[in-house]
Amino acid sequence: MYDPKTLKYTKTHEWVSLEGDTAVIGISDHAQQALGDLVFLSLPEVGDTVTLGEQFSEVESVKAVSEVYSPVTGVVSEVNSELADAPGKVNEAPYEAWFIKVKDITDKAEFLTAEEYAKLED
Amino acid sequence: MKKTPLYDCHVKYGGKIVDFCGFSLPIQYKNGIISEHNAVRNAAGLFDVSHMGEVVISGYDALNNIQRLFTNDFYGMYDGQVRYTLMCNDSGGVVDDVLVYRVKENEYFIVLNAANIEKDIEWISKNITGNAMMKDLSGVTAQLALQGPKSLDILAELVDKDKLPVKYYTFCGDVELNGIRCMVSKTGYTGEAGFEIYCENKDAPTLWELLLRHGEKYGLIPCGLGARDTLRFEAGMPLYGHELGMDITPFEAGLGFFVKPDKPDFIGKAALAEKAGPARIRAGLKILGRGIARENCDVYSGEKTVGKTTSGNFCPTLGYPAAMALIDTGYSEIGTALSVDVRGKRLDATVIKLPFYKREKK
Repeated sequence: MYDPKTLKYTKTHEWVSLEGDTAVIGISDHAQQALGDLVFLSLPEVGDTVTLGEQFSEVESVKAVSEVYSPVTGVVSEVNSELADAPGKVNEAPYEAWFIKVKDITDKAEFLTAEEYAKLED
Repeated sequence: MKKTPLYDCHVKYGGKIVDFCGFSLPIQYKNGIISEHNAVRNAAGLFDVSHMGEVVISGYDALNNIQRLFTNDFYGMYDGQVRYTLMCNDSGGVVDDVLVYRVKENEYFIVLNAANIEKDIEWISKNITGNAMMKDLSGVTAQLALQGPKSLDILAELVDKDKLPVKYYTFCGDVELNGIRCMVSKTGYTGEAGFEIYCENKDAPTLWELLLRHGEKYGLIPCGLGARDTLRFEAGMPLYGHELGMDITPFEAGLGFFVKPDKPDFIGKAALAEKAGPARIRAGLKILGRGIARENCDVYSGEKTVGKTTSGNFCPTLGYPAAMALIDTGYSEIGTALSVDVRGKRLDATVIKLPFYKREKK
């Protein structure tokens, strides 16, 4: 599990763990709670380019569908494909259920710290 | 926004409050919609449905008025019986779908959809004639829905079983639950066995707590609007504003059974006589792809548009997404292969039987 206290966040509720030249990306606990029980989740493929601020995944709950935005520009190096079969894992453990890993990063969002993100939620 | 008498209970139990038809109501509680849905299918769930409207039509001409206002036939109903019906306008459009309770001769209790209360009351007031009056009890009446296979066991903790209605679509007008006077009907909107309990606003919080306390050991949990919708959807029950509306006839909605063309006269009769055998009909679609087709998605056969979805969601009990749609009758046969446009992407679908979910009768 990633430690929510040390992760970086975006205003659109994604979390990022920067590990060397790789960004690991997921959605925050607050986001999964707001979405409710996820039943579908789409993911890009390894080798796809993701762009800062643009959608790279769609998550769908019994309540609604929502978009997940990429907090970086780069190339997808790994995909957590088991989430597509078990999207409920995002609800159970949002900081374990990463969506994608991105390399060759050329642009990044202005990240928020855990504290700054927590303030945003209020 | 209006609050039901149970608002504080929702907050106390961690309800996520949303605006629904002008009422502050919980969409879900802590455990989420799917857990609540499953509780109702496997054990029991408690819903606040106090936003529903209630009126009483009484007087010497009450039955005549009921017969004229509604499409179903109410002759021969006995005290303590409930009947589902549509209320149509002159052109056969559906003003609302309601439940009619025969309290006694010359007195009927009608349950209205929250979204339609004002419209219904205006409509009924305009059309009521002779020696009959309508009284609006919506503001003073609370309604709790106790739904699920354990519902009877839970109520039996509070009252003798023989004081409760036995048959589906019957009710007992004067039931005391721990000193609280209630009307209890064996009705519901979930596809499971269960009860709907009416009481005065002031008693609702006490009754809510009482039921949850006695129901805990049976697995009873509070449930919100989200689960109410997934449950009714899976059970193929129409929702006004989706499967029913002013521009959808009862026949198109697949509810022609509740229109009785042989009774003397009722509002919409002439118009409806020409509308039997509709060009489109409500059908069930199993979505084969990954994704949910919610309402207002176009339905295709090849490249031809053949209908529109009216509701769609993931069916938690069945494990697949489905949709209800109004489909051109030529494409509504069970097994017909269709597709649904969801945000520009086509999801494959097959016409399947409604309801999607049917409980096993014991």
